[in-house]
Amino acid sequence: MHAPNPQPSPDMTRGTRTLQMPMADDSRPAADAASKLSTDHLSFYYGDFQALDGITMKIYGNQVTAFIGPSGCGKSTFLRTLNRMNETVKKTRVEGEICLDGENISRLEVSEVRRRVGMVFQKSNPFPKSIFDNVAYGLRINGLATRATLREKVEHSLRRAALWDEVKDKLNQSAYGLSGGQQQRLCIARALAVDPEVLLLDEPCSALDPIATAKIEDLIFQLKSSCTIVIVTHNMQQAARVADYTGFFLLGRLIEFDSTTVIFKNPARKETEDYVTGRFG
Amino acid sequence: MRHFVEELEQLKTKLLEMSAIVESSIQRSISAVTQKDRTAAEEVFRTETRINAIEIEIDEFAINLLALHQPMAADLRLIVAALKINTDLERMGDLAVSIAERALSLMEGPIITPMIDIPHIAGLVQSMVRKALDAFVHRDADLARSVLASDDAVDSLRTACYHELTSFMEKDPTNIQQALNLMVVIRNLERIADHSTNIAEDVLFLVKGIDVRHQSEVRPSAVG
Repeated sequence: MHAPNPQPSPDMTRGTRTLQMPMADDSRPAADAASKLSTDHLSFYYGDFQALDGITMKIYGNQVTAFIGPSGCGKSTFLRTLNRMNETVKKTRVEGEICLDGENISRLEVSEVRRRVGMVFQKSNPFPKSIFDNVAYGLRINGLATRATLREKVEHSLRRAALWDEVKDKLNQSAYGLSGGQQQRLCIARALAVDPEVLLLDEPCSALDPIATAKIEDLIFQLKSSCTIVIVTHNMQQAARVADYTGFFLLGRLIEFDSTTVIFKNPARKETEDYVTGRFG
Repeated sequence: MRHFVEELEQLKTKLLEMSAIVESSIQRSISAVTQKDRTAAEEVFRTETRINAIEIEIDEFAINLLALHQPMAADLRLIVAALKINTDLERMGDLAVSIAERALSLMEGPIITPMIDIPHIAGLVQSMVRKALDAFVHRDADLARSVLASDDAVDSLRTACYHELTSFMEKDPTNIQQALNLMVVIRNLERIADHSTNIAEDVLFLVKGIDVRHQSEVRPSAVG
């Protein structure tokens, strides 16, 4: 029998919230997880509009962290700041720090950040190329494989994405011939090819049927031993199924961050309770 | 969402109906023993079928809610608590039947004791049952805690009754049959108190999200 869940003690003062690592109990994932990514008073602006408000948190290595919240709450914006993808949007501004293994990512080459922190989007977006070339793309432009090792690395990535058996006989066919679920796993294989340390998934299953969704979720579970995974999802059951930790966003703020079990069984904040029980709004 | 909230209310209503029937059955079984009320005992036997039917109805209703709505947080805790309380209530109904059976047997033999302690322990147990169910109805964690605190008193009374009955049996072996009947009554009352404790623990889980089961050695701090 497990003890009552001790709650984290976040300082919820506007703009200065520090969400500490939850205390360990047997409902929680292994506490030996080290911080892979961290943000410190992170705010983000689209022009005059503040989309993120002073977010301070840690994302633990080799764990799956899910972000949930209503549309427009900032969870996808937050995800995109983690590999500087938001810099592609004009008239935006970032305040605060994001560190990858303790290094401020704003001081790293953007290409290095995006190689180390890969991303897969809501809608699968294979390139108009063959299956093989889609996966080989990142390896070629980064010079990460020789002609001799390229095929081996493509196969390895497709196997990690649980797609190899389905495509091994048609590697030279167009990626557009694959089903939606296969295209999404191809995009994951493409992201994995450059061996990222962190994989950001922005609603990766929202356009997939339950079978394809189950495959992606199994994949997430397998990948976390070699990769830190951060997933944004509108599907709370999916967050409950795949994530070790869950953060609830509302109006650009991180309202609560704790083990997934606590968030869905006994959240500390009323806003979280209202959202996960469907009484929001 | 509104539909789900209405269904949760229906679940609570069904559980309250079950609670009322079981509480009344326990009351009648005690009257059967202390007042030698044969009619009360027979009413307990008749009610058992109804309790069993509602148990199945509540289980099915709660499992459907879990399957169809995938509830979270307080809603999840309510349904899980309802399933467990439902099981406890049905067992309490069974124990009331067992007490009523012993009451009939006691009516056929000589009185071996003024039964002073039976009304006392029965009163305490009934109070625990009522408080546990009120705690569920009003989501009252303090009331649930008071039920947990009463359990030790029932255990002590049971032990005292056992000693008293053992000495009766030692004095005169012709008392054995009646003394054994009373021991079973006391044992069943004590088990009803244990089920009330379970319900109180489920109420704490429902209201506070904490699990205080099997923590008797740390209970004061765990629930304080």
